[in-house]
Amino acid sequence: MKQSTALDLRVYAGLIAFGILGPILFPDYVQTIAVMWLMVLMAVTWDITGGQMGYNSLGNVCFFGIGMYASAIVQISQFTDVAAYTAAFGAIRVEFTDAQYFTGLFLGLIAGGIAAAVFALLIGPAMLGLRGPYFAIGTLGLAVAVGELVAGWGYVGGGGGISMPVYPGDAGAGAWMFYVLLAVLALGTHLVVRWLYSTQFGLAINAIRDDEDKADAMGIHANRYKTMAWAFAAFFMGIGGAIFGNMSGFIEPLEVAFPTATFGIFMVAMALLGGKGTLWGPVLGAILFHIVKEVTWTYLLGWQWVALGAIIIINIVYFQQGILGWAQDRWPAAFGLTVDRGGAARPAAGEAAE
Amino acid sequence: MSAGAVNNVIEVRGVSKAFGGVQANTDISIDVPDGKITGLIGPNGSGKTTLFNSIVGYHPIDGGSIKFRGREISSLRVPDIARLGMLRTFQQTRIYSKMNCMDNMQISVSHRDSSTFSIFASRDTGEIVEEAERLLEFVGLYEKRFLISGDLSFGQQKLLEFAMALMNRPKVLLLDEPTAGINPTLINGLIDRLKRANEELGVTLLVIEHNMRVIMNLAEQISCLAHGELLATGSPDDLQNDPRVIDAYLGAH
Repeated sequence: MKQSTALDLRVYAGLIAFGILGPILFPDYVQTIAVMWLMVLMAVTWDITGGQMGYNSLGNVCFFGIGMYASAIVQISQFTDVAAYTAAFGAIRVEFTDAQYFTGLFLGLIAGGIAAAVFALLIGPAMLGLRGPYFAIGTLGLAVAVGELVAGWGYVGGGGGISMPVYPGDAGAGAWMFYVLLAVLALGTHLVVRWLYSTQFGLAINAIRDDEDKADAMGIHANRYKTMAWAFAAFFMGIGGAIFGNMSGFIEPLEVAFPTATFGIFMVAMALLGGKGTLWGPVLGAILFHIVKEVTWTYLLGWQWVALGAIIIINIVYFQQGILGWAQDRWPAAFGLTVDRGGAARPAAGEAAE
Repeated sequence: MSAGAVNNVIEVRGVSKAFGGVQANTDISIDVPDGKITGLIGPNGSGKTTLFNSIVGYHPIDGGSIKFRGREISSLRVPDIARLGMLRTFQQTRIYSKMNCMDNMQISVSHRDSSTFSIFASRDTGEIVEEAERLLEFVGLYEKRFLISGDLSFGQQKLLEFAMALMNRPKVLLLDEPTAGINPTLINGLIDRLKRANEELGVTLLVIEHNMRVIMNLAEQISCLAHGELLATGSPDDLQNDPRVIDAYLGAH
């Protein structure tokens, strides 16, 4: 226990150091590193249900989009009529004062998290009744459906999208603010998730992953915990969506808010790459994945999807446990796992005590 | 309940269950007296496990009544019944195979009184850890407590499943073939532990068992099923001499 805490602290310190130094040393990449933190957030929250609970969702991106739209509605509705604002397609320019902007942003982020979590609580009992591949396909359908519904909803501008309130200072300072928000959210979420896994709740969702029927038979409130776990993921994903929407400046349903085929799949691929069901696997996977993605986008343009596809295929075929999962199998003692070196003589231990 | 009558913790009355055209249980009535060990025997396919599943709420019954401590439970679902204090173990042993033994034990605490928020308590509270260690010691798995449970041998997994059930402090424990697949030397130890769980921890047991030596040694009252119907109920001696039971199950020797 002590040993792993010390290791965790060192990793946190390393990440914080990178979080501060990275954008200072590479000021051109502030946006890119900000998106890396978003990727970390996505992989870590996906892993709550995907890795620790055994429910592989392909639709968690819907929480991202719901958080984004909830924040947009809250931020705009404070100072003007949302329907009129979106109907004008950017023709109405609301000049937010600094105080208005930051109050709206603050409330918007909270609203984004709460809206996504409430949605998860409402839809969870029905969706989480599905198991295995049915859950995966069901959630994929859910994300696509929510995106399409928003695209057809005139109040929020439908497919035309919404121009978000503009950061009142200069653009460089805005980029820094969103960078800090995403970095703090990603690390803060990881801390909360780490705590969550240290509680009885963490054991309960692990039990559901290993054998849900057994968990039921032992009286564990499996249905309640499944929905709660999903709502945890949704809450942080919703805040992430709200920040990303403001950072983008313009949001629309299919490419920005509910990108099922990119972010929706990336979060699964990243968690699998790093090692699903481990504390640090999703973080490692997200960082590596993001680096590969950015490098191929820059130097192998045209081949970037092929490169990502190749990574996913190699991952699935040869490294199903992911990088940390593989390392854990290889060096179990380094991960605090106990290996049986006693041979087969032990079962009689109880007998000897008789 | 009349004075002097035995206090039955489970009362099964006229329970029937069919799967499609297969009549798995027909009009079965058995009693499980409080604080005792009751046996359930019968040939393969006679409906023993179906009856277990009906009692713990795994599937709805077609007719009849099942009472647990006087309360009708035939319409309750599995986790609700488990939280009332009636647990079952599985014929194909079921444990949380990717977690270590201690974690398996710690999540098996009773969820009877757990509120939504008590689940966020730390998993390492001393009381729970001590109890888990004590029970692992009781079944002889203390040395293995930090091993991933899926790496244990089948017999050890059965012992772990039994310890997990005790961790829950059930009123009644339904055991589906607790000795199947366990080597003969370990079986004696298991019988002893079942008796001690019954005597020292006050857990009422209902045991399905094919090993006649085990069940005759263990149970005070045994019911025999055949072809989905209740053949006979009585003391081990009564059953061993009952011609119908000999004919359907024990075989003449």
